[in-house]
Amino acid sequence: MALPPYATFGQRVWHYSFRVICALIFIFLIAPIIVVMPLSFNAQDFFTFTPEMLRFDLDGYSLKHYDDFFTNNEWQRSLKNSLIIAPIATIISVSLGTLAAIGLSQSHVPFKGTIMAILISPMIVPLIISATGMFFFYSSLGNWMENNLGLDKNFVGYIKVILAHAVLGIPFVIITVTATLVGFDKSLTRAAANMGANPVTTFFRVQMPLILPGVISGGLFAFITSFDEVVVVLFVGSAGQKTLPWQMFTGLREQISPTILAVATLLVVISISLLTVVELLRRRSEKLRGMSPG
Amino acid sequence: MANTKTKNAFVEFERVQKSYDGETLVVKDLNLTLSQGEFLTMLGPSGSGKTTCLMMLAGFETATHGDIRLDGVSINNIPPHKRGIGMVFQNYALFPHMTVAENLSFPLEVRKIGKSDREQKIMRALGMVQMQDFASRRPTQLSGGQQQRIALARALVFEPELVLMDEPLGALDKQLRETLQFEITRLAHELGITTVYVTHDQTEALTMSDRVAVFDDGRIQQLDSPDKLYEEPQNSFVAQFIGENNTLDGVIKEINDGVALVQLDGGDIIDAKPVNVTKTGERTRVSIRPERVEMDPGRLKPDAHTLKAEVMEFVYMGDLFRTRLRVAGIDDFIIKTRNAPDQIRLKPGEQIEIGWMTEDCRALDA
Repeated sequence: MALPPYATFGQRVWHYSFRVICALIFIFLIAPIIVVMPLSFNAQDFFTFTPEMLRFDLDGYSLKHYDDFFTNNEWQRSLKNSLIIAPIATIISVSLGTLAAIGLSQSHVPFKGTIMAILISPMIVPLIISATGMFFFYSSLGNWMENNLGLDKNFVGYIKVILAHAVLGIPFVIITVTATLVGFDKSLTRAAANMGANPVTTFFRVQMPLILPGVISGGLFAFITSFDEVVVVLFVGSAGQKTLPWQMFTGLREQISPTILAVATLLVVISISLLTVVELLRRRSEKLRGMSPG
Repeated sequence: MANTKTKNAFVEFERVQKSYDGETLVVKDLNLTLSQGEFLTMLGPSGSGKTTCLMMLAGFETATHGDIRLDGVSINNIPPHKRGIGMVFQNYALFPHMTVAENLSFPLEVRKIGKSDREQKIMRALGMVQMQDFASRRPTQLSGGQQQRIALARALVFEPELVLMDEPLGALDKQLRETLQFEITRLAHELGITTVYVTHDQTEALTMSDRVAVFDDGRIQQLDSPDKLYEEPQNSFVAQFIGENNTLDGVIKEINDGVALVQLDGGDIIDAKPVNVTKTGERTRVSIRPERVEMDPGRLKPDAHTLKAEVMEFVYMGDLFRTRLRVAGIDDFIIKTRNAPDQIRLKPGEQIEIGWMTEDCRALDA
């Protein structure tokens, strides 16, 4: 984007200030995340850069906070909880969200706008408000399950958190799948039916592969939402369901340990990898759809 | 007689009506019978109900009233995937995530046909459309014409007895359309498939079909062979819709011996063949094909009525001359003459006399 020779003074000024603004935006977005990463290799139990680190002295760096994360029982339990809750919540979000998106894309469904608004409201309503509401709703639900179904308190705790996280994840799935369905050619399902495929076969062999990129992106967003979520789990869960973000939150308040930084770094790496997958899938789907007729 | 009728009737629409909103009928009282192996085209302007009829036959729409039968069995309550009808869509509807071979394999797999049988059938179907070399390509790597060939092969691969085509050539350029028109008719006749073809392109309808059903306003206006349709339209809609057509409005003066005397609004009197007019004094619209107008009165019957005409415009079209005339007060009367060595080339402003054989001038409803 070179400046044309006939650019006016104003255009020149804008040309350069535009670049500066872009750079600033990137710095504000990325710097807080980047700064955490070297700190997580701190050899001391501090949140600051030590003189050794600034001198790039190898003695100033260590993996001990990572070691702490992988050996400490508290951290490992919370990691395990996160790895139980996030995938199950994601599966529920993906299944329900995909079905809802497909249903809402049918032309004959009444009150589509209203239904859509209700389904994606968890994304719009401030989290603390949803969390407060969920606290009351899920505590009565939990009591009912414990008393009437005789379920274990801990197990009920997991169900509560998983359901709450699934609700938070559904909007992402609905939005991404709806977006993929916009470009979905209805005559493909008709063609499949015409060739003798029943609706279930048609769904799994024709519709699903084509909307899969949207389903996976939605699923990844739902997963990250659950994996990073701290407010709702604090309200709905009990100590037995302490997730990774919760543990980080208490860690920050009670014992300021750089292990948090190590965990943060790991989470950033995981998030970046997942989002890379999303982007690659999006490109693939665009290629599939961009070149197809109609 | 009744016996042969049921035997020949492969597809039957009986008093079929369709309404989407419960108030207006998109299809009003459709009665249609197709015999096995017939190539029938539903032709009509958009919104005439032709596509709705096709969708009802495929099972994607349900008839509000009436009965649709396939091979004697009512299919009103059979879902689309159990009807066993092949279909070619306007936008091809090939599965973009499958290769050509996988696309063709799909209808065979859902029918649980074994792998070796499948491969054999796929290659045969691809052979029919000369696309054997493209089996491993993806639809997005093919041109429009190639995609439509594959769509055709996919509709034929499971050997259906009835194939529906919904404006399959609409998105292709003229030359490709003509090639594929020929190929589709050839395949349909070779394989003995019954075909229902929907189009709004009258040339396609005339060149491909055994019979053409002209749709308008939810009804079949005329169901006839292409030549009958063109030469003997039964009402003014059909006359106007099929081919180029000159119309003159007037009133019936008398009907005698299969010849109607029509007084045109300009005052001239002409002879016409009464088609769907019966009463003296009735308003009528007479229709004459541009190529049936005669400029040489010597070639008409001696007592034939002729009209005075003034040449407005002469267009050289290569094989044809197209001349626009002012006749009986209207100035868009067209005549077409063949570019033969002895053909007269008219000049604007020339006064001539025109006439026609009575049977070429059809007095239709106004």
